Formats: sequence, structure tokens, C-alpha cells
Amino acid sequence: MKRIISILIENKPGALARVVGLFHQRGYNIETLNVGPVFDGSYSRMTVTTRGSENDVEQITKQINKIIDVIKVSDLTEGEHHEYEFILVKFIHNEKIQKILKKLNGKIHEKDKNAIVMSAWGTSSNIEIAIKAIGKANLLEIVRSGSIGLHEGEKVLKI
Amino acid sequence: MKLSGGDLLLRALREEGVKFIFGYPGGAALHIYDSIFKQKACDHILVRHEQGATHAADGYSRATGKPGVALVTSGPGATNAITGLATAYMDSVPLIVISGQVQSHLIGTDSFQETDMIGISRPIVKHSFIVQDTKDIPKIIQEAFHIATTGRPGPVVIDIPKDKTDPTKLYEYKKPKEVSLRSYQPRVLPHPGQIKKACKNILSAERPVIYAGGGVILGNAHKELIALNKLLKAPVTNTLMGLGVYPAKDKYFMGMLGMHGTYQANMAMHNADVIIAVGARFDDRITNTPSLFAPNARIIHIDVDPASISKIINADIPIVGQVKESLNALINEIKRSKIKIDTEALESWNQQVAQWRQKHGLDHELYLQKTKSQMILPQVVVQELYHATNGNAWVTSDVGQHQMFVAQYYHFNKPRRWVNSGGLGTMGFGLPAAMGVKLAFPKDEVVCVTGEGSIQMCIQELSTCLQYNLPIKIININNEALGMVRQWQDMNYGGRHSASTYSDSLPNFVKLAESYGHIGMKVTKKAELKKTLEKAFSMKDRLVFVDVYVDPNEHVYPMLVAPNGSMKDMWIKKNVKA
Ligand SMILES: Cc1ncc(C[n+]2csc(CCOP(=O)(O)OP(=O)(O)O)c2C)c(N)n1
Ligand SMILES: [Mg+2]
Repeated sequence: MKRIISILIENKPGALARVVGLFHQRGYNIETLNVGPVFDGSYSRMTVTTRGSENDVEQITKQINKIIDVIKVSDLTEGEHHEYEFILVKFIHNEKIQKILKKLNGKIHEKDKNAIVMSAWGTSSNIEIAIKAIGKANLLEIVRSGSIGLHEGEKVLKI
Repeated sequence: MKLSGGDLLLRALREEGVKFIFGYPGGAALHIYDSIFKQKACDHILVRHEQGATHAADGYSRATGKPGVALVTSGPGATNAITGLATAYMDSVPLIVISGQVQSHLIGTDSFQETDMIGISRPIVKHSFIVQDTKDIPKIIQEAFHIATTGRPGPVVIDIPKDKTDPTKLYEYKKPKEVSLRSYQPRVLPHPGQIKKACKNILSAERPVIYAGGGVILGNAHKELIALNKLLKAPVTNTLMGLGVYPAKDKYFMGMLGMHGTYQANMAMHNADVIIAVGARFDDRITNTPSLFAPNARIIHIDVDPASISKIINADIPIVGQVKESLNALINEIKRSKIKIDTEALESWNQQVAQWRQKHGLDHELYLQKTKSQMILPQVVVQELYHATNGNAWVTSDVGQHQMFVAQYYHFNKPRRWVNSGGLGTMGFGLPAAMGVKLAFPKDEVVCVTGEGSIQMCIQELSTCLQYNLPIKIININNEALGMVRQWQDMNYGGRHSASTYSDSLPNFVKLAESYGHIGMKVTKKAELKKTLEKAFSMKDRLVFVDVYVDPNEHVYPMLVAPNGSMKDMWIKKNVKA
């Protein structure tokens, strides 16, 4: 089952590597990874998506929590949550691709006689569907931000 | 007064109470070595290989409970420290490794003796620091010691680029009054609700077992463990790492459990209705096949590390907390409780354990047996050693059959006395670890029980022992083979001894010891064993290397049947299953 794990981590050299390394050491895969400083910039918020059973995720969140630089960890998939992903796509003029992306909040950022650059965002499952539908033809480049997410309602992950 | 980076470091170490630095110099660490020379803040012990430095610091730490400190240079110095770090990490030992690093502006350029120490050591340390600003050194040292010693302890690396210890750059010595890390709050108290639940289960148990591990030593909670069992009178077993936390001479003690645990300990675990796991982690060398583990037991698991709980065996009642506080809470709850222990059930349970012990328990009087053959059994070496030292020695060991024989036959009555690499199983650990123990307790008897294979992995430290006058005793249980490997080959590979023997090319250990300036003794006959050991131990101020040739065909038993066995499935002697 797909899991979305949110991590607050000190913005220190090597901290990110400790988290990424841990997934590998403990035999779990990272599907997507997003990280950036938040609030005063002294710490970052990471979102990692992975696959695993309830037990796997319990074990991995415990292990992440043990990393000294990690301030907080939360498994968003445990409850209701918001989750989105952002993509940028460069492609050769093509109606079909434009249409698919338009449906996902698509926006054109650059257009010349050969190619178009568009952005889009949506739930990562919709993004996945879109990527499949786009296929390979006419596609030049695609880049994904990886999932980001928040708990629904009153629950807040903050220090 | 302003200080250089090296001087800041030494002062910070002294303030942490560091007496010894085990180390080996080299370019990137030379500023620090100059500070060591000038400041005389701590005694430096010059080892002969950085692996020796880490194991010696580790041994010091295991014996005293205080962090041991190793200092190495960059590149090969740092990589030589890796095995020692991994050893300490697996056994949760607070070890501090300070590594020199190339100058900051050279990092990333493949400069001479550059390795990414932080990167290489990342998976085998509790935490690591790289010094980016010299004036932070005191604070970093303070945090490193705090992290290494609190919560579930573990090794910490501090990597210091050479320019950060430049003797011409001086700084004020400043550090906070106390450590405060928002991301690390290791002190956890047990949840009262969980303690209540545990108490209820324990008191209504008919076949309880206490399964205590190295966490009880690390948490300094052996007194609490003994106090708990004063109330319960349940059979107790210790892991390899936990030996000594519960006195071996106590009548409720069943011996070690697991792969080479006693018959009664493994049977009791398998048949228990409640298992009280304290500071133990259900290692695969304990549980055998996890799905077949203790089928009828409710598991109460006390550990300071939440990640250890339900990792391998699901805990019915997890208790996350310091072992000491948790045991105290449990004891108080039991005293308050209205439920009374079913003493009758306990009695028949203890009788059952006694029957198991009688049936297939270890024979602790093998040394009294009269046999025609003069061949020495390795088990008898340990039994004679126990008597020669009145059971009071600090014993380190290496890895293999000899290690298991010590665990089985040397009765440890106090915690910390047994110093071995249980988690990583590092051959080469024993001798340097014994140096660390001897420096910590110079008046006590310190013995390294080793094998002719293991001892050759850090034999160079004999030279260190001469330089610092460390009169430890080395008992080399010489079976002329990588005995444990050969045992597996006998049992699982049709007796094909692939790369496990070398009897034609062993060194003359007596001459070897002598050439290092020590005393060597060789024993080949049973009749000489006791006398030789007594003679060795009478030489109080000399290191004596006793090379004991033993029966090379001995195997370690019991041994859990694997794969697909449970804890009740054991080989009890050659070709015989219980
Ligand atoms: C550094 C290292 N390499 C390999 C092993 C695998 N190993 C485990 S026991 C053993 C044999 C040890 O031989 P010896 O020290 O003579 O002890 P014995 O089993 O003969 O008592 C080996 C090679 C290990 N534990 N550590
Ligand atoms: Mg051997």
C-alpha cells in the first residue's frame, strides 16, 4: 500500500542523506521525495512516498524518528489528508497532451513554433493517470515534484 | 585565554571526564596531537592499528559505562576505524571517534588521504558531526557525549578538517550550560497504563520467564531486575549481551538462551505463557524462526528504543521507557496489586525447568572428570579459568566456539564483567577490548579468552600492552582451526572443511608473545592445565599468553536447529536432537 510520510528535519548538512540512506539500509524503496526549508528556514519539511504494509511503515517511521536530526515524523496515510503533486512538461505541439494537462490545472508557460512548456498539478494518482495517457510520442521532458501533503482538519505537523 | 581548535577539543574532552584517548596519528590529526602533547589533559594510548583503538575505547566503555574515545587521522585512519564503529553500533556502546579530515578547501577534490568519513560511517553511527566552525568544537563535543550516552546509547563520529585545528587561529572557549536539542529528547518514562497491564499479566501468569538483555546493563538496572525477581521468583535467562545482569549463581538463573543457549532456557522460552523481555531485542540468534517463536506466550517488552519493539516479534504489551524506571514502576505496581502470584503454579514451573536442566543441562563439572586421554576439552579450559580467577575476572573474548564456551561455562555474577562483540561478531575484538578494560580497572584481573584465529586479527596490540604495561592474561583456546566455521561445515556441508584449517602454518605463540616482550606458555596435556593457569595468574605484573591446545573435534551444543526450527528444536550433542 502507498504511504505518505511527512518529516520535519533540522536544516543541517547531511541530514537529508541520513533519511534517504535509512530507507536503503532498512530495505525500503523511496517512490517520490520532496524537501524544502519551511518557517524560519532552520528546519525542512520532507515528504516521502513509499510502499509497505502497516508493520513496515510503523517500523520505518520509528527508525526515522531515531535519526537525531529528525524533529517529527507523521504518516499522513494513517488518516484523512490532502496530497498533491506538481509536474512540468515540455512537448512538441500536440492537442491531446494539452488537453490532458488542461484538465489537471494545466498552464502554458512557454510556447514557440516547436515546443510547449506546461505545468499541471493534482493528486498523484491523477498525475500518474495523466502521465500514462500522455505516452511517449511528442513528449520531450517531464519532471515531477513528488507528492506533498498535509493532514486534513485540525491535525497539524509543526514544532 | 584564547585557544586553538586542538586545545578547545582537549579541554572539552577533559570536561567530559575523559581519561584516555586511544589513537594513532597522521597528517590531518597532527595539530590535535600537538595539543595532546602540550596540554596533558588526557593520557594518550598509542595503539598499533586504528581498529585496536576503537575496540580498546569500546572495551573501556563497556566496562565503565563511560564513553571511550578514539582518535584517528583521515583516509586510511578513518576507514580502519569502521569495524570498531560497527561493532559498537550493533551493541549500543557509547563510543566517540574523532577523525581528522583534510583541510576544508580540499574536501571533495580527492586530495591526499581524503575519504568521506561522515558518508562511510553514516549507517553505523548513532550520529555524526563535521566541524565547520572551530568555535563550535566545545559545543559539538558536549552534544556528542550527550547523544552517545543517553537513550539507546551508540557511537558518535566527529570529523574535524585540519584547518579547524590550526594552532595559529585562536578562539574563546564557550559552550552552553547544558545540551538542548529540539530534535532529540531521549528521556522517556513508561506509560502507567502499560505498567498496569503488564503487572496484571505477570501476576496471573503460570509459566513466566524473564528474558533480559544488554539493555539492562546499558541502563544500569541490574539491581532493579534482581529486585523484580525477588517478588516473582520466575526463571530468568540472559542474552549473550546480558550475561551478568542476573547473577549466574542464583537458583532462578537458567543460563543464556538462543542459538547456543541452555536447553532449559530455550525450552522455558518456548513453553512460557508470559515472557518479560527487558532490554533485549529478539535477535535472530535468539528467536530461531520468528513465526514459531513461543507460541503460547504473551510478550511484555520493555525497551528504551521504540524501534526495537515489535520489530521481529509482536509485543502484546509494549513498554517504551528507560529500563530502570520501567522496572521500578513495575515493582511498585506489583507490590500494590491485589492479585497475588500463583505460587503453586510458579513452583511447578520452576520444577519443570529443573527437570529440563537435569535432562540436558550443561555439565559444569567436566573438569573433574577422569579420562584416559590427555586431550583438553575447550569447555574445561573455561571451567578451570573460572576457578583460577575465583569467578572474579573481567573476561573479554573474540568470536567463535571459544566465545560460546565462555558464555556457557564462566558464571558471570556481575554486570559488565563479560565483554564481547555479540551483535557484529567481530573477530579481533578481544585483545584491544581487554586493554581498555585493564586501563579502567588496573588492579583487577582481566582475561581475554580467544581463539588462534581471532587473536591474529589484532595481535599487533601485544606491542601496545608492553608500552603501557598492561598485564592482561590471554587464554588462547587453540583448536588449530576456525572452529565455529568448521562446526557449521561438519553439520551442514558434509564435513568439507573449506578454508577453515591451517594447522601447518600457525605461529609459535609462545615465541610470538616473547618477541613482544611478554611471557608465553603452552599447554597440551590435561594434567598441566590447572598448574599452568595458576602460574600464569600468579604473575601479576606480566602479560601472559597461555596457548592451550584443545580437542579440535569439539562442537558447541546445544544448538538451535535451523532453518525452520523453533526454540525447542535443539541439537543436544553430535547428531542427536533433543
Ligand atoms: C572479522 C570476522 N571475519 C570472519 C568471521 C566469521 N567467523 C566467525 S567464527 C570464525 C572462526 C573463529 O576462529 P577462532 O578465533 O579460532 O575461534 P574458534 O571458533 O576456533 O574457537 C569465523 C571465521 C567473523 N566473525 N569476524
Ligand atoms: Mg580456533
